[in-house]
Amino acid sequence: HPHQATQMSNYCLNILVFVTLQQRDPMLKRDCFEDILEERRNSSDLKYALRCYAPVLYKGVTPCKANMLKNIVLQSDQLHYVINQVSQESGEAPDIIQEEASVILEEMAHRLQISTVRCFAFALSKAFKTLFQHVCVNEEGIQRLQQAIQEHPVVLLPSHRSYMDFLLMSYILYTYDLALPVIAAGMDFMGMKFVGEMLRMSGAFFIRRSFGGDKLYWAVFSEYVKTMLRNGFAPIEFFLEGTRSRTCKSLTPKLGLLNIVIEPFFKGEVFDVNLVPVSISYERILEESLYARELLGVPKPKESTSGLLKARRILSEDYGSIHVYFGQPVSVRSLAQGKVNRSTYNLFPRHIPRKPMEETQSFVNDTAYRIVRLQEDNMVLKPWVLMASLLLQNLEGLELSVLTEQTVWLRGLALSYAAFLDWPAPTAKVVSSSLALHRGLACVSGDRVSLVVGEPLGPVTPEEALFNRAVSVLSCASYRNQVLHVFLRPAMLAVAMLHLSDEVYNCFSFLWDMFSNDFILCPGDTVQDFEEACYLLVKTGAVQMPQQDIVMTDIGQPTLSFFNGLLEPFLQGYQVVCRYLCEEASEGLTEKQYIPAVRSFAVKLILAGNLRCYEVLSSDMQKNALAALLRMDAVRKVKNRMISHINQTPISPSLSLVAVAEDLYRDGLTPSYIR
Amino acid sequence: MASDSNSSESQRIAQQRLRIIAGHLQKHKDDDSGTIATECKAEANKGTVPRKRQEIMKWNGWGYSDSKFLFNKKGQAEFTGKRYRLSGMVLPSLQDWFENTFGASVNHKSPATPALNASAVPPASLNEAFVEDLKATGIPFSHEAEDRVFRAHGHCLHEIFALREGKKFERVPDMVVWPNCHNDVVKIVELACKHNVCLIPYGGGTSVTSALECPPEETRCIVSLDTSQMNRILWIDEKNLVAHVEAGIIGQDLERLLNESGYCTGHEPDSMEFSSLGGWVATRASGMKKNVYGNIEDLVIHLKVVTPRGVIEKSCQGPRMSTGPDIHHFILGSEGTLGVVTEVTMKIRPIPEYQKYGSVVFPNFEAGVACLREVAKQRCAPASIRLMDNEQFQFGHALKPQVSSIFTNFVEGLKKFYITKFKGFDPHQLVVATLLFEGDRERVLQHEKQVYDIAATFGGLAAGEDNGQRGYILTFVIAYLRDLGMDYYVVAESFETSVPWDSLCFSLLLSFFRVLDLCRNVKERINRECKERGVQFQPLTSCRVTQTYDAGACVYFYFAFNYRGLADPVHTYERVEHAAREEILANGGSLSHHHGVGKLRKEWMKESISSLGVGMLQSVKDYVDPDNIFGNRNLL
Repeated sequence: HPHQATQMSNYCLNILVFVTLQQRDPMLKRDCFEDILEERRNSSDLKYALRCYAPVLYKGVTPCKANMLKNIVLQSDQLHYVINQVSQESGEAPDIIQEEASVILEEMAHRLQISTVRCFAFALSKAFKTLFQHVCVNEEGIQRLQQAIQEHPVVLLPSHRSYMDFLLMSYILYTYDLALPVIAAGMDFMGMKFVGEMLRMSGAFFIRRSFGGDKLYWAVFSEYVKTMLRNGFAPIEFFLEGTRSRTCKSLTPKLGLLNIVIEPFFKGEVFDVNLVPVSISYERILEESLYARELLGVPKPKESTSGLLKARRILSEDYGSIHVYFGQPVSVRSLAQGKVNRSTYNLFPRHIPRKPMEETQSFVNDTAYRIVRLQEDNMVLKPWVLMASLLLQNLEGLELSVLTEQTVWLRGLALSYAAFLDWPAPTAKVVSSSLALHRGLACVSGDRVSLVVGEPLGPVTPEEALFNRAVSVLSCASYRNQVLHVFLRPAMLAVAMLHLSDEVYNCFSFLWDMFSNDFILCPGDTVQDFEEACYLLVKTGAVQMPQQDIVMTDIGQPTLSFFNGLLEPFLQGYQVVCRYLCEEASEGLTEKQYIPAVRSFAVKLILAGNLRCYEVLSSDMQKNALAALLRMDAVRKVKNRMISHINQTPISPSLSLVAVAEDLYRDGLTPSYIR
Repeated sequence: MASDSNSSESQRIAQQRLRIIAGHLQKHKDDDSGTIATECKAEANKGTVPRKRQEIMKWNGWGYSDSKFLFNKKGQAEFTGKRYRLSGMVLPSLQDWFENTFGASVNHKSPATPALNASAVPPASLNEAFVEDLKATGIPFSHEAEDRVFRAHGHCLHEIFALREGKKFERVPDMVVWPNCHNDVVKIVELACKHNVCLIPYGGGTSVTSALECPPEETRCIVSLDTSQMNRILWIDEKNLVAHVEAGIIGQDLERLLNESGYCTGHEPDSMEFSSLGGWVATRASGMKKNVYGNIEDLVIHLKVVTPRGVIEKSCQGPRMSTGPDIHHFILGSEGTLGVVTEVTMKIRPIPEYQKYGSVVFPNFEAGVACLREVAKQRCAPASIRLMDNEQFQFGHALKPQVSSIFTNFVEGLKKFYITKFKGFDPHQLVVATLLFEGDRERVLQHEKQVYDIAATFGGLAAGEDNGQRGYILTFVIAYLRDLGMDYYVVAESFETSVPWDSLCFSLLLSFFRVLDLCRNVKERINRECKERGVQFQPLTSCRVTQTYDAGACVYFYFAFNYRGLADPVHTYERVEHAAREEILANGGSLSHHHGVGKLRKEWMKESISSLGVGMLQSVKDYVDPDNIFGNRNLL
């Protein structure tokens, strides 16, 4: 019952939330940054690239040549088992399968060479100095990492926002004389022959994007990764999010590789595995407008070497600074304490591949979410991120003085919610320098700041104009998205209070559930998140909680309405998807047709003046909405075709999705409520 | 000539035998063979163990009162007494090793309480009716404090520590009885049932599982049933190669008496000086030469057990039977919860003609384990093969007695140079496997070659007989060394497990074993737990693979640390050992290979054998001993 839930949450609010917040949020003790470009600007890059590089390794292990590594994998019992299995199933001779395995491994394996790394070190030094003002790294994090590398196998888990990420990671590790990682990269890079090989020689190994049922591929791949991990030859690096986030929101984690690197611990092959979350935040993302176009349905340009060369013009621009935060290493052993009974692994030969047990799966899933949240927590947020959030709620623009004033207000709010803000100068100065850096997105004309809309050449159709505007909005949204993790929980509570003030918890939990494809919400944390939301809103004085009620205070209005505005695009997006599925979708809609169909449905609505939200056009949001509806069983997939149940399926006794959709649609956009 | 060489050969064999026995056993002079079936009480006790054990044995430590390690005034270590090979010798390198390994100092003593304070012993609560009836049988008994306290404990760290500190035991036996034969036991058990008295069988007293501890919640009179006086060999059947023996006999007496007739059992657990036949049966013991002779369950042909329901025994001595589940297996490992083993018929073998120690040095533990696995795979394990890790190898070296001859010194130096400098072995990595071969001379030499050849393929170098023998000496004096450690703020204990091999060899340089993973993880867990629990000094964690099987190995751990600065070292120690056991279980190790469960590891029984399994054992207990007369509360 909602009231009981609220009561219960009230009851333990102060203790529990405070504790969990403190545990999760190391705000009080975040490290300082050091700019690694500073030294590069003052000394020879060549010397730097050629300097002595002698990293400490895992318990003094001798590094293993790439070829030796391949042999170990090809001779492993694990692989032989699968080869024999595949051979029996397919009727092919084991030799042939073995040969196949060796081809797969050849295609996959890295060929890390220090000479290539030195080339990169040289070239990247040059490039970074032109592109970025600063590349800041928390040195204490580096020290912790160095310690961790010696003790246990290390897995580096950086956030993924740009192609730059893994070059940057290797560059930093080289700079600090740390062991160079081997990096799991998507096969698409191999399209660029030369670059692909260069990356391979700087430690990348390539995996196919999908290899669904290919047992042999999986066996080669997992044995390759595990061999590297078990022996501690090099830290393993991969992106939990699976791919670059085009929206700058963290993506829900993929579990395949994480399962692989954790398994050696469960099998007792290593004492522990250290997971090191790394948060890489860019003040301005190189791929900014590229991403927006991609989300709007212009397919992403195929990675090709010549394409990359064209990107040279990028070099003439200023991309501000990068902050890289190496988080506290997370011991898998400590995490698994009391959650996974390792002895259940004892009854099976260790070389026979097995599906992870349910207990393990949920542990890995949980771990993945925790790590992504740690990444989020340590993301450095630039002032522009706050300004973008404000601008998006005022598409018609606002006075510079108002923007500055609201930025100050929002900064205060963000700080009290433990956001990791980088505020290098007084606010007025910071606002103007941010506007200068992002002049491609916002402009100041007179005293008014507004979003820039790409100037069309010649006459344009209304669709084209709409598209241009959408690019700006989505680009801008990618900055706002960076702060969402700070505000998400209180914002959902604010929305819940507005819409269903008598069933706040139920509404919150509904939103939580619905948005869990779009945001990082750890499975099973609904109540905890609700408590956190309450705690934060109470803490900043926006709401009071007399007995079991949640009531807005006199001064709560600005905060709550900001939060409503923050989530509004998402609510609208989901509503449009629901409406489309109810009103327009024909029976037998395929997944392929779905995105263009929703897009043109939304375009129609916008052109007709019935919808002002451009973010609905984002394929990311459309996909997430569909995934949520599928997960909540409002839509079912039958042989690749969607069957909508929105009208029939009650989602929960008191709240059917359609009711909420209607409700939100009717009241949610009340302009009076939006700043 | 022929007879001459014969006699010199037999002389040599005799010397050999003497060396085996004298090597680690007490020397005995006066004894006749006891090969004729004897009547109860017809004969005076000829065993090593007197009723008043404290007359020859330490009341608060391991072994004989006259044998102990100490640091003399010069700070050099010495082993007193005359019983052992090391007795009377000075061990010049022990002090350095001890101080460096533990951060201890010979100047920081933690002496034990000199004598038992009888007033600190809880008064005996006697069941008068039982005592009256017992008196009528004429079976000797005692309720003196010394006798009772002696039987209130085994040799767990916490037990010995408490004795040394003069701490009061919560519960000790109220009286001790010394039956002389099977019939005495039958009478005692009948009386115990009649008067509802709790019986705890007591054999050698070498338990390391808290199995002898009296349950504090026991309100009945507790009677310790000391089997030490039932120590005769009742008959030897040379035709079938079996001997029928009273179960109270201790290992060294059994072996000595059989040797006199030219036989042996070959069952040599490390505790064989003091542990008893009945104890072996009750704990499923394992001897170091099990590769040739088998473990206790392989050796037992027939058992006689007195339970509250009566006497269990089979009706024949057939070598194998298909008569439903083997009832011997209810007894083997029952840890005194069902009854008292009184007589055992066990296999015997002629004394081997030839015995030879040996050792192999490997560059690292991984290579050693890989070699042991290969030896097990080829089923060519010598009578004993053990692999000591580097820590234990160094420990063994610290026990080298003073070398008198310059030549031996020179040879030792040369050997060391060859191995470390010429062969490039890292002295902080290398490990040693100790070997013991037995059989006829020809075969032993052949066998030796086979094993050394296998070892060579794993980079092993033969390192001589001395190193091998020293390895085995370590296991016999280790418990004495613990007492020395406790004199200087160092607590120590050992524990064991068995674990599948799970080998994965790629090359000499790269091999993975579940065995290795377990050893590494357990050591690391111990180090980590010690740190977290505030142990100020780096602990010693060391392991050895002591037995090989087709499907796995037995691993034995030593664990010791300097406890200066800790308020409750025993508690800290127990928590760490607990964590180590969890780690063992998580890594695929068993709860115990041969020490047993006792009360120390009861909490993991369900996990180990399933709750259904526990239920099966419980139902046997309920049937055999419905009133829990055998109330030591081990196992379940």
